[in-house]
Amino acid sequence: MLKILKYSFFDLIRSRWSYVYLLFYLLLGFVLLFLNQDLSKAVITLMNVIIILVPLIGTIFGVMYYYNSKEFTELLLAQPVKRSSIFVGQYLGVSLSLVMSLVLGLGLPFVFYGLFQSAAIWDFSLLLITGALLTFIFTALAFNIALYNENKIKGFSYAILLWLFLAVVYDGLFLMSLIVFETYPLDKFTLFATIFNPIDLSRILILLKLDIAALLGYTGAIFQKFFGTNWGLFLALGTLCLWVVLPVLNIRRKAKTKDF
Amino acid sequence: MSANAQVEVCNTCAFTSIKAGIKAAQPGDTVLVKKGVYKENSIIIDKAISLVGENLPTIDGEDKGDIIQVFADNVLIDGFKLVNVGSSYTEDFAAIRVSKAKDFTIQNLELRKIFFGIYLEKSTDGIVRNNNILGDAVSEHNSGNGIQLWYSKRINITNNNIKHVRDGIYLEFADDCTISHNISKNNLRYGLHFMFSNDDIYHDNVFENNGAGVAVMFSKRIKMMRNKFQYNWGMAAYGLLLKEINDAEIYDNLFEENTTGINIEGSNRINYKGNTFKNNGWAVKVRGACYNNKFINNNFLYNSFDVSYNSRINDNRFYQNFWSEYTGYDLDKNGYGDVPYRPVKLFSYIVNRTPETIILMRSLFVDIIDFSEKVSPVFTPDNLVDEAPLMKKHQ
Repeated sequence: MLKILKYSFFDLIRSRWSYVYLLFYLLLGFVLLFLNQDLSKAVITLMNVIIILVPLIGTIFGVMYYYNSKEFTELLLAQPVKRSSIFVGQYLGVSLSLVMSLVLGLGLPFVFYGLFQSAAIWDFSLLLITGALLTFIFTALAFNIALYNENKIKGFSYAILLWLFLAVVYDGLFLMSLIVFETYPLDKFTLFATIFNPIDLSRILILLKLDIAALLGYTGAIFQKFFGTNWGLFLALGTLCLWVVLPVLNIRRKAKTKDF
Repeated sequence: MSANAQVEVCNTCAFTSIKAGIKAAQPGDTVLVKKGVYKENSIIIDKAISLVGENLPTIDGEDKGDIIQVFADNVLIDGFKLVNVGSSYTEDFAAIRVSKAKDFTIQNLELRKIFFGIYLEKSTDGIVRNNNILGDAVSEHNSGNGIQLWYSKRINITNNNIKHVRDGIYLEFADDCTISHNISKNNLRYGLHFMFSNDDIYHDNVFENNGAGVAVMFSKRIKMMRNKFQYNWGMAAYGLLLKEINDAEIYDNLFEENTTGINIEGSNRINYKGNTFKNNGWAVKVRGACYNNKFINNNFLYNSFDVSYNSRINDNRFYQNFWSEYTGYDLDKNGYGDVPYRPVKLFSYIVNRTPETIILMRSLFVDIIDFSEKVSPVFTPDNLVDEAPLMKKHQ
C-alpha cells in the first residue's frame, strides 16, 4: 500500500494541476495579507474560501484521478497486490498531495507575515486542520462515487451534485425546515443538522473561534456551550474524522467485491 | 465675624472633625480641610458654605451610609477622596447626596468603594465636574449608580470618569441637563441611562465596554452628539438602545464594534446625521413602531448587517449615506451612486423571524439568496432604499 501511495503521491506532485493549486493558494494568501495586514481578518476571508473551494477541488480531483488512472489500476489488479491497498493507497496519494498544496500554499504567506508572533495562530491552525479534513472527506466521497459509476460523465455529475448538495442545497433545506418549524424548540435540531454536513460543521467550528460568535445570539450560545469546550472541539473534529473513516471503509469494501 | 471667613479643619487645628468645622461656619464661609483621614459619615451641610479639601483629604464613611448630605443652596464641595459608603438593600446610600438644593458645585472628587456615587434629588442648576468614580460592582442587584439624578433640572455633568458601577450616569425625571466629555467604562449595566427625562443634551462622551451600552428610554427631545459608543460586545449588548424616544437628534456619533450599534423601538421623528457605524454586528436594528425617522449622511462601514427590519412596512427614510457594501457606479460623477442601495438583506429579515437561522451565517446559500433578493426584492420592504448612496465616505 505504501508503495502505491508513494507512486500516486509523486505522480500527482509532478503534475501541473498540483502546482496550479499550490500557486493559487500562495497567491490568495499573499494578496489577502497584502491588502489586509490584519491576520485575524484574513482568517475570516480564508474561511469563506476554504469551506467552499476545498471540498470542490477535493471532489473534482478525486473523481478525475480515479478515472484517469483506471488503466494503470487495472494493470495493478493483475499483480499479486491486495485490492484494498491499491485503492486506499491511491486515495491517500491524492488527498495527501492536495493537503500539502493547501498547507504549504496558505501556510507560507502567513508565516512570512509573522504568524508565529500573532495571536491568530490557533485560529489559523484550526482553519488548516478543518481544510485538511475537508480535503480527506471529499476526496474519499469522490472515490466512492467513481467506484460505483463506470460511466465517467455520470461519475463527474454525481460528484458535482454531491458538492452542490452539501455546500448549497443542504443549507437551503436546513433554512426552510428552521422556518417551517419555527414554533418548535430547534436547538437540538440545529446541532444535529450541522453535524450531518461536514461543510456546515467546519464553518461553525471556525465561526465560534472568531469574534463574530457573539452575533450568533441564543443559538450561538448553545453551540458555544457545546463546541466551545475542549470536549466539544474534539467531538466536532472527531465527527469530521468519522466523515473520513466511513467513506474510506466503504472504498475498501466496494473495492474488494467490484468487477473490473 | 467678617463675610467669607475661613474655618480650618485638621488634626491639630481648633476643629478636628469636619462636622465641627461646618457647625462653626457661617453661610458664605469656606471650610478648608487639610490633608488627613477623617472617619465621619452623615456630614450634613445645611448652609451655603464651600467645603474645600487641601491635598485631597480622605473621608472614610466606614460603611455606615451617606457620607455628605447637602440640604442648602449655593454649596461647593471640592477636592476630597470619599471611601466606604456601605451598601444596603433598602436605602440608596451615596457618597454625596444633594437634596432639594440649588446652584451647587461638586468637583474634583475621588470616589472609591461606593454604593451610589453622587445622588441628586429634586435639585436644580448644579454642576458636577472632574470627578473620578471607581466602583467595585459585581452584580446588579446589590450595586448602585455612579451619578444619579432624580427629579433634577438644569444639571451640568462634565469631565467625569466613571468605571465599574451599575449605571455610569442615571437620569430619571431629569430635564434640561447637559452631559459632556465624560468617560463611562466597564459598567455592569448601562454607561448612561435615561428614563422619563426630556430636553437633555449629551455630547462628546465616551461609552465603552458597558454591559448593555447606553439606554435612552421614554424621553423626548434628547440631543446626542459626537459621542463614542464602543466595544459593547456580547450576547445582549447594544451601543445605544432607544425605546419610546421622540424628536431626538443623533449627530456625528461613532458606533464601533458593538453587537448592535443602535437598537430602535417605538421611536419617532429622530434625525440620524453624520454618524459612523463601524464593524458592528448589526449597525441599526429597527424593531417595531418606528415612524418618520431620517438617516442622512451616515457612514456604514463593514458591519455584518447594516440595517435590520422585522416588518415589511417602512416609514423611515435613508438617503445620501455611505455604505461600504455598495457596489453601484456613478456615471454622471455627481458623488451619488446611480443605482439605489438596499440596506436590508434578506438574511437579516429571516434571522429576525427565526433567530435560530443565524447559524447559517456566512454560508454560500445565504450569500446566494441575499444576492437574488438584492436583484429583485420580494420580502424586504420595497421602499426601503437609499436612492442616492454616497460614493465617498461622509467626512
